[in-house]
Amino acid sequence: MRWENYTSPSEKFRNERVFDGCGITGFINIDGTLTKGDKIIEMLEILHDRENGLGAGFAAYGIYPQYKDFYALHFLFDNDQIRLNTEDFLSSKGVVVFSEPIPTKQPSNVDKPPIVWRMFYEPKEMKSLSQDEQMVQLVMEVNEKIEGAFIMSSGKNMGVFKGNGWSHEIAEYYKIKDYEAYMWLGHSRFPTNTPGWWGGAHPFNLLGTSVVHNGEITSYGTNMRYLESFGYKCTLFTDTEVIAYLFDLLVRRHKLPIPIVSLALAPPLFSEIESMDKKYQLALKNIRATYRSAMLNGPFSIVVGQNGHIPTLIGLTDRKKLRPLIAAISEDENTIYLSSEEASFKRLMLDSSKSFKFKEIWHPRSGTAVVARLGEGLIRNGLELPFENLQLSVMGV
Amino acid sequence: MIKTTMILSKENKKTVEIDVAPNGKPLKYQDLNDKIHEIIQNGYERLILNNVCGQRFIAASLQGDFEIIINGIPGNDLGVFMDGPKIIVNGNCEDQMGNTMNDGFIIVDGDGGDVIGLSARGGKIYVKKDVGYRVGIHIKEYEHQYPIIIIGGTAGDFLGEYMAGGLIITLGLKFLPDGTIIENSHSICGGELGTGIHRGKIILRTEENLESKLGVGAKLFKLMEETKKEIEPYIKEFCEIFNIPFDLIGKKPLQVVKPISKRPFGGNYCGQYI
Repeated sequence: MRWENYTSPSEKFRNERVFDGCGITGFINIDGTLTKGDKIIEMLEILHDRENGLGAGFAAYGIYPQYKDFYALHFLFDNDQIRLNTEDFLSSKGVVVFSEPIPTKQPSNVDKPPIVWRMFYEPKEMKSLSQDEQMVQLVMEVNEKIEGAFIMSSGKNMGVFKGNGWSHEIAEYYKIKDYEAYMWLGHSRFPTNTPGWWGGAHPFNLLGTSVVHNGEITSYGTNMRYLESFGYKCTLFTDTEVIAYLFDLLVRRHKLPIPIVSLALAPPLFSEIESMDKKYQLALKNIRATYRSAMLNGPFSIVVGQNGHIPTLIGLTDRKKLRPLIAAISEDENTIYLSSEEASFKRLMLDSSKSFKFKEIWHPRSGTAVVARLGEGLIRNGLELPFENLQLSVMGV
Repeated sequence: MIKTTMILSKENKKTVEIDVAPNGKPLKYQDLNDKIHEIIQNGYERLILNNVCGQRFIAASLQGDFEIIINGIPGNDLGVFMDGPKIIVNGNCEDQMGNTMNDGFIIVDGDGGDVIGLSARGGKIYVKKDVGYRVGIHIKEYEHQYPIIIIGGTAGDFLGEYMAGGLIITLGLKFLPDGTIIENSHSICGGELGTGIHRGKIILRTEENLESKLGVGAKLFKLMEETKKEIEPYIKEFCEIFNIPFDLIGKKPLQVVKPISKRPFGGNYCGQYI
């Protein structure tokens, strides 16, 4: 897809003044109860000083229970012909179970929207390749080779809704309020280094992994080349894309536990490693050496949603804490929240009809993952030391 | 609860209270600050803000003897360029509080965010609980201008980075929900402590060996009697405001971090020509 067709260059900065980075939010209900979209919209809109109208998006998990065994593909298309071509292409490699436009607000309140479409899809059984792996290849092929088509998300029982506009415009456009999900991510964009266009809005997704990001990945080139060696193709002109693929690679394919993933992406400095136990030194040096090219450099805070094995919400900042991230747990300990600013949590408390309360609000340590799992609760609160509470056996010490 | 009588002036001040989120809809920060200016124009001297929800730049550039009490969570850059007023925050605050503050007094009855007191040139910032990263970065002193930051809990990495004057005190206490005060089990500060410091001092109340945490140009010193005398009134004031027994402070030693020499970076940046 050509980004020039889906941006608003005439009003490049639609804010009177230019402020800082993006706003990111997310939450997960541990018991799997579904929450309507209003809540994530409120949490995101209160961060309006962090956006400038050039991109916003949402990821919702648990929204397609009737099609939960099929891959839910969310598309952007230039025109109907390309849509038909894409459908033909997919049909040649599997079964399109159901295909329909994503319901949107009419008349549209956003600039130059492409056609937004969803299909529920099942790839053909193949002996040599798992279905997940086939889907990754299909997504890469469509995004790279079919001019005018772009897959926004490709997970099961989840979907990404994103576009170019203010967060309240995008929420209205996709009718986010009508969806019910057990895990939500939200992002309002302030593009700095790359164009603000429909495909470049967050969340970035591959299979069940969605990423919202505040900051910039200066190691994009290194990460991109590393990912290309595993068959991923970066086509979206935005640095955050690599984070989504790295999580897919490290978690789904390499099966690393999340705390180890966070050490690979945001490792401690060698000077810090030197002061640790011998065992941990060896482990960390090996992680740094193995995943040298996966390390994310530059300021970032991210919220990641995954629904591969067990649905998980992850929050992580760079090791020098150059971007904000705050976590909270509700009073009944059933919902874990992450946000750029504490205002998101306070916003929920302002609604007097719901008498909302938090048990605790805390600032996670830099480079340390907050991990919450469906059915299991808060696994790590982001205040631990690198290997605290981890059952780790290291060979060779 | 904090002792507001310690902070607010005792005379009956002309006070006004406003709801910053009428009908559950938070005001935009521009509108809120316009309102504050209007209130000052109308001769009020004390302002109580309720339901504050992330509005930025509250009290930006305000001058004079004005008092603001904030209930809720103020947004980034609370008291930016402020020159004189007193602010009490009943709750946590976000990042960059007291950014380039010239004079004034900010009291936070909760946690502080990152980059507190960025480039402050004067005034006092007291935070009851923990603070984030880069607190007191590049605070500076000049003649009677002397910024002071006191933290009741612990701090993150880069405490007092590029510090060019003033005073930072970290006490390492923990405040339990039921009101009891205990020693904080977390490390009192993160790494790169005082990196690039060239004037001023950081006082840390801890028995930890901080040697490995020191940043470039920072050095550990013993607490001298004159320094102790100088800082004691501030710690006493902090303890009184937040109801901390002053005896508790003496239970752990105070360590001092100062620049390694008078001009630690004199050799850099064409030092030979100056």
